[in-house]
Amino acid sequence: MAAPAATAKPAVLDELQGKFGTGILATESPRDAIPTAWVGRDNLLLAMRYLKTEIARPYRMLYDLTAIDERVRAHRDGQPSADFTVACTLYSFDRNEYLRVKVPLAEDHASLDSLCSVWPNANWYEREVWDLFGIRFENHPFLERLIMPRSWQGHPLRKDHPARATEMGPFQLPEEKAEEEEERLRFRPEEWGLKRAAEDTDFLFLNIGPQHPGTHGVLRVVLQLDGEVILDAIPEIGYHHRGAEKMGERQSWHTYIPYTDRIDYLAGVQNNLAYLTAVETLAGIPVPPRAQVIRVMMAELFRIISHLVWYGTFAQDVGQMSPVFYMFNDRERAFGIVQAVTGARMHPSWFRIGGTAHDLPRGWDKMVREFLAWMPDRMREYDKIVMRNKIFKARTQGVGAITTEQAIDWGATGPMLRSTGLAWDFRKKLPYSGYENFEFDIPTATHGDCYDRAVVHVEEIRQSLRIIEQCVDNMPEGPYKSDHPLAQPPIKDRTMHDIETLINHFLGVSWGPVIPPGEALGAIEAPKGNNGYYLVSDGGTVSYRTRIRTPSFAHMQMLPDMTRNLMVPDLLAILGSIDFVLADIDR
Amino acid sequence: MNPTLLKIVVILVILLVVLNVSALLIWLERRLLALWQDRYGPNRVGPFGLLQVVADMIKIFFKEDWIPPFADKWVFVFAPAIIMITVLLTFAVIPFTPLFQITETNIALLFFLGMSSLGVYSIVLAAWASNNKYSLLGGMRAASQMLSYEVFMGLSMMGTVMLAGSFSLRRIVEAQQHIWFVIPQFLGFVLFLIAGIAETRRLPFDLPEAESELVAGFHSEYSGMKFGMFFVGEYLGVVLISALISVLFFGGWLGPVLPPVVWIVLKTLFFICFFILLRAAMPRPRFDQLMSWGWKWLLPLSLANLAITGAVVLARGR
Repeated sequence: MAAPAATAKPAVLDELQGKFGTGILATESPRDAIPTAWVGRDNLLLAMRYLKTEIARPYRMLYDLTAIDERVRAHRDGQPSADFTVACTLYSFDRNEYLRVKVPLAEDHASLDSLCSVWPNANWYEREVWDLFGIRFENHPFLERLIMPRSWQGHPLRKDHPARATEMGPFQLPEEKAEEEEERLRFRPEEWGLKRAAEDTDFLFLNIGPQHPGTHGVLRVVLQLDGEVILDAIPEIGYHHRGAEKMGERQSWHTYIPYTDRIDYLAGVQNNLAYLTAVETLAGIPVPPRAQVIRVMMAELFRIISHLVWYGTFAQDVGQMSPVFYMFNDRERAFGIVQAVTGARMHPSWFRIGGTAHDLPRGWDKMVREFLAWMPDRMREYDKIVMRNKIFKARTQGVGAITTEQAIDWGATGPMLRSTGLAWDFRKKLPYSGYENFEFDIPTATHGDCYDRAVVHVEEIRQSLRIIEQCVDNMPEGPYKSDHPLAQPPIKDRTMHDIETLINHFLGVSWGPVIPPGEALGAIEAPKGNNGYYLVSDGGTVSYRTRIRTPSFAHMQMLPDMTRNLMVPDLLAILGSIDFVLADIDR
Repeated sequence: MNPTLLKIVVILVILLVVLNVSALLIWLERRLLALWQDRYGPNRVGPFGLLQVVADMIKIFFKEDWIPPFADKWVFVFAPAIIMITVLLTFAVIPFTPLFQITETNIALLFFLGMSSLGVYSIVLAAWASNNKYSLLGGMRAASQMLSYEVFMGLSMMGTVMLAGSFSLRRIVEAQQHIWFVIPQFLGFVLFLIAGIAETRRLPFDLPEAESELVAGFHSEYSGMKFGMFFVGEYLGVVLISALISVLFFGGWLGPVLPPVVWIVLKTLFFICFFILLRAAMPRPRFDQLMSWGWKWLLPLSLANLAITGAVVLARGR
């Protein structure tokens, strides 16, 4: 996403201003060149409806909804005054363009209309903003905390909320408090908006998780059952929450990279790439071609690694025991390459601002070629034992099907969206890191059910192999890191030759880079879907606001819709097919 | 030797061998699965990891014998014993060799069917007594799965009974002097094999415990030796069904050169390994699919098998 100098005002802003006049408070063109409109909260619902349905070439997807605590931000040139800003990011498939709509809010009137009537997926995003910022959404169907426990005091992403335990005084748990907390955990269906009985049946409530072999981590799903038929399935998330966004406000731009690895912990450097795309857009750091290709190669390797875990565990979720072992062995081979190149395995934190940490080691191409030669045969074998297995098909075909319409409404991206038949891959549509130079297909399927998700995943592994092959064949020569002054860590070769470079190097290493003020979204096609980092810089050594938009969050929210009237085993098949990681949901 | 004493010796030998073999199956299964799944399996304790079984047993004996406060105590304790009792009793009628059979009766097959029906109680009572929702779902599945698969299990064996003209397992083996029943009764064999897997609740018919869905299904609340009884009971069931398949369709102890006891052991072992291979290879169908498959396909097929066999036997004028 090389930010083009936005000279002409984007068409959509004119359209909005034409329709709403002074209802549009201001427009901006931030560093990522995403058109941005400030809308007063009275006009928000109207404007959003207009954008979703009435405008020509509409913005059909609510990509993200989050907030910014503006109270201590210094650089807000041209923005309407606000204590809090609610920032919605929309995406138009027809325009292939994002749009940011911001609502300024005063601290004592921190509330606005809920968008749930426009986009169903606004539900969780709004609950999250309520939870973390204390901004109320009027007419929200169920405005409860989403991430933090219900007993939590305060709203953690507000600037006045402590970021560390040491700022909060010693933790104490007197007996009454412990009992009170335990009492809160008692399950009362009414608190979840569930009825205990219908006219002629009492329902069975089954609590799946947070410790359960089928949930792939600390996820809790509350099931309302009639026999084994699921009437409602409510996912409860937040058990894996580590405050990654809050940490982003403490860690320097450079030292935040390792935290990103642990968001989608199966996808390693893919997270680095999303984050760094945003940082580099903010600072205008060009990435040299060799670094870009290395990044693409490692990112695709991690796509394969992530998909292999998904493939094996999905088969295991429908009761097939062996594939996961074969696939983990192959993953081990891929990790062999990752280890040789980066020195680490699952979380290499290997990309740097402006490039990568090192150049590729000698003999890397041999290892990669061996892997490329090894995989196709294995993939054929997996087709035989998994994809063509009759029972596997019976368990997954027609189960948990979604339409393209639904997928877009719920903000689904990645294999989830492509399995419904829409060939939409952000590597092709909004290329980053030089993906436009690679040849690969966008695999799709037609029914959007569990089996089709598998078809898409499997084919993506093959396409990734294709991309990696092109990387090996065409690896450009040149530097592996940018010589831009903000690239981190700074290049060292001249530090011992002149004092100016030494000083700059010293500052760069001890402070970290000072990124110019502004806002940017870095969105990539991660293995699980569109992963975006929305960064706000206030011209400091740390980010002012780090927002991580993850695909797993959006996909998990669809669970109730996908499982209704199916059976308990189907729920597990669907959970397996979604390809989520709890850390990616909770951050 | 005094015939009563001889019987006691035979009983003890069979009991010990069967129990030890079942325990050893834990090791065998883990090693075989590991072999097929490109990994090692237990190989640290003793030669080839053989003493792993001993270690497991010691562990299981010394675990806290916990009865959940919300469980129905007496039923909870009694349930795992049922499966051990019913399966072990069934071994009484299996003719391992002409000599090694505890009791020869002309209703051996009916006895087996009766016992295996009683075995279902173990699962259902365990699930019910646990007072746990996962157990309950597992128990419900077990009850309907085993009841429906028992129907055509019985029917699938009737072909062999007709051909041999007896319910006695010894007579059935002796009737296979010229040709193993697997050839004239191939369909019956396949059906019995499927029903047998369902009867032992092994993958792909492990729905009552389906660990990725129901945690551990009917025995979620069990620990220590009571869990051990379900565990060994399952392997006992595998040995039993494998032995029965050998007896009903593969000529039991009959075979050239080698002594009868070696033949029956080899045949049984072959089917045991086949059971384990199935577990390594198959996914698990959904509950309703399993039921409709059983009632819509397997039951009509076994009825057809019965009718055709009957017609042939009649036509040959026996």
